[in-house]
Amino acid sequence: MKAAEKTITWPHDIYDVLKRAGIRQVAYVPDHGHSHLIRACHADKEMRAVCLTTEEEGVAMLAGAWLGGQRGALLMQSSGVGNCINMLGMINECRFPLLMLVTMRGHWGEFNPWQVPMSQATAPSLEAIGATVHTINQPGEAGETVAAAARLAFSTGRAVAVLISQRVIGYKTFGK
Amino acid sequence: MKNRKPVLDRRKAVAEILKQRGDALIMPGLGAPTWDCAAVDDHPLTFYSWGGMGGCAMMGLGLALAQPRRRVLVITGDGELLMGLGSLATIGVEKPRNLAVIVIDNEHYGETGMQPTHTRHGVDIPAMARAAGFRSAGTVYTAQQLKTWIPRFYRQPGPVFCSIKVTTAPAPLVLPVREGSALKHRFREALLGIDALRD
Repeated sequence: MKAAEKTITWPHDIYDVLKRAGIRQVAYVPDHGHSHLIRACHADKEMRAVCLTTEEEGVAMLAGAWLGGQRGALLMQSSGVGNCINMLGMINECRFPLLMLVTMRGHWGEFNPWQVPMSQATAPSLEAIGATVHTINQPGEAGETVAAAARLAFSTGRAVAVLISQRVIGYKTFGK
Repeated sequence: MKNRKPVLDRRKAVAEILKQRGDALIMPGLGAPTWDCAAVDDHPLTFYSWGGMGGCAMMGLGLALAQPRRRVLVITGDGELLMGLGSLATIGVEKPRNLAVIVIDNEHYGETGMQPTHTRHGVDIPAMARAAGFRSAGTVYTAQQLKTWIPRFYRQPGPVFCSIKVTTAPAPLVLPVREGSALKHRFREALLGIDALRD
């Protein structure tokens, strides 16, 4: 994983896509897999990166952003999806566009068993509340997948989640 | 401060606030604050909520960041705000100068059978807001205090927080448009113009 981190480019591919899509507000609950992207968004003076206490805050915030004429993206870990479900019902009813980038825990090479249940529920619960789900399994797919998701979300007024596999992020080893 | 009996009428309090709205953007929380806003001033720059409980203050933050030159007033209930207390910390950190969060606090869950909320038992949300970094925060019990606070909602550098203690006396039910997409389009067209609907 360390060698991979040195040459990691996929978060920058995603950042470039967010820029091209006109994203101005980035709401996030930190995750290791999103750390490069979060840093890039904070460094960008045209973006407002907002750290949340819980992910559902970001769903509501980006609904408000859209009402005010700005596009946003919500960054979170798969466990955070479970915190968003009722608020995503509002997104569905109002047909707000919402782009979510979700780093997965709890599947590929996972060490922590407590991450597994929400990981298994992530895609089904997103789909149950009306979101479209795309997946990135290889680093090279990141840019085009997020670009397609942004286009779908903002052009059709819907919630779209991009799940980023642990194959892309690498997995936490806790020294084991 | 515990259990000081509220005397203000919620509908009259909301009417006093909205009388001075000017070009402000109003974000009422679900339940009675939405009925109050619909009853006193059904305006396209009011985005009514029928759901998304706990998210009203954060919707206000996203709107305030997107529209820094406009004043944004969140007008919500105590139960709604209590469901999203973490948002006080997020707003306190972001410090939007154009946002005021106002709680019409009847100390009860009005839509579900008038069960007491935590504010009935002395939980002091303005103190939490102050501790979270709001630039000003306070509680209004009287008409005179409300008169003092209303200009602060619209002009004092935000984030401003205020709990307005009101009675549980029922107000006539006035329901606005329900369909979420229609409310969204109405608000965006009024704020951003018809071309925004082509985005």
